[in-house]
Amino acid sequence: MRVVPPMLFAVALVGIWQLAAELKLINPIFFPSPGRTLRELWDQGASGQLWQPLGATTLRMLYGWVLASAMGVALGVAIGTSRRARQYLEPMLELLRPLPASAIIPVAILFFGLSNAMSTAVIAFGSLWPVLLATVQGLKLPEPQLLELCSTLRLSKRQVLLKIELPGALPDILAGARVGLAIALILAVVTEMQASLPGLGQNILLAQRSFRSPELYAGIVVLGIMGFIANQVLLVAERRLLRWRAPSV
Amino acid sequence: MKGALIPAVLAILWEAGSRAGLLPQDSFSRPSAIAAAFVHGFADGTIPRDTWLTFEAALAGFAIAAVLGILAGVALGLSARLERVVGPSVDALRPIPSVALIPLALLVFGFGVRMEASVVAFACFWPVLLMTQSAVRGIEPRLLELARSLQLSFFATLRKVILPAAFDRIGVGLRLALGISLVVAVTVEIVLNPRGLGHAMIGAQQALRSDLMYAQLLWLGALGWMLNHAAKKVLP
Repeated sequence: MRVVPPMLFAVALVGIWQLAAELKLINPIFFPSPGRTLRELWDQGASGQLWQPLGATTLRMLYGWVLASAMGVALGVAIGTSRRARQYLEPMLELLRPLPASAIIPVAILFFGLSNAMSTAVIAFGSLWPVLLATVQGLKLPEPQLLELCSTLRLSKRQVLLKIELPGALPDILAGARVGLAIALILAVVTEMQASLPGLGQNILLAQRSFRSPELYAGIVVLGIMGFIANQVLLVAERRLLRWRAPSV
Repeated sequence: MKGALIPAVLAILWEAGSRAGLLPQDSFSRPSAIAAAFVHGFADGTIPRDTWLTFEAALAGFAIAAVLGILAGVALGLSARLERVVGPSVDALRPIPSVALIPLALLVFGFGVRMEASVVAFACFWPVLLMTQSAVRGIEPRLLELARSLQLSFFATLRKVILPAAFDRIGVGLRLALGISLVVAVTVEIVLNPRGLGHAMIGAQQALRSDLMYAQLLWLGALGWMLNHAAKKVLP
């Protein structure tokens, strides 16, 4: 009962689109029918045409994201645990943060050419910020009682970091990493389009250039599913990794 | 004060390294050349013109997203039943990376401000929708009951009750969207739309004018920062 109305709505939306396309109410070049898009998607999956670009884009996204997350946490710890580093570096970070990540594409092309290294550098730069800032933010607010406990137990700075501060910052870090992954997918697609690197981004641009619109829509659908799965995987990971925490804070 | 120290030191090292021939000027340029390119770009009017072209598309897309996002968010926030029916379809569309729509927008609108604004609007729509929806759902139910017993029309309720009560959190969504609008506009220009600051940067890079490219990059960073601050002043 609770699943039926939302399903009906989604089916109705697709149905209206299909009908409008069949009756030629909408231009089939701009808006191919969902049936044609699905058939295209099915054919690509069956013939194996889909998997290579999908794998290329996924790997591109993951490389950049892993690099960014590692650097983000490392830099975040360096900045977040030292008052002095914060005073000197935070204003500069605040200035760099609103810079559109895609704006460094020309710079990256200058240094790396139209290559995979360029793409990875851009993705890493773009998805670094959410992780870095979340780490700094998370380290800012350790509970005073826990810190008192640490000094009573005479824990070393390193122990405090590993046992108290980092686990305490984990919810922020994971949330930042999730934002970072979404940005990584966007930048993977952008760099593929800009530099003609193999992957889904290049494929949909080529499909547009030759007016193969069902292929273009199929690519958009696949990218949407990728974005959804990436987000869900990290949400599940968050829930698992944070199970030790009190359910509501 | 302390925050300015490290950028200043870096700039001095950059300039010195470049003059000493340690940093190739083709790719690194140097701060003095970048400053000169910046001044020149403003004097000949190209940077202001490109800035306007970028902002034109960003703000047009933002405005469309703000209106549609607030309307849809109010509707979904007021009616739990509607939310249950439409929500899953919204969740299915939301994860589509906005840049995946660039080829589609190009197919439909061709090059120009309309294709750019449409991609910006898609990207900005979601934060406005989600913040509005949750803000409206959080409104004190008695306020809405009062509006009903006063027999206010829907638009009077919207104007006198809903929007004032939800204004703070809608403002947060609008601020997020404003930041996104500039980023997406520049991205579309860098990928393929031949107008605005993004395209000018690619042009400068291809013409091996790294000084001009860095000047545009820094200007873009400053614009993002100013937009953020302006939004903080105007919106809650």
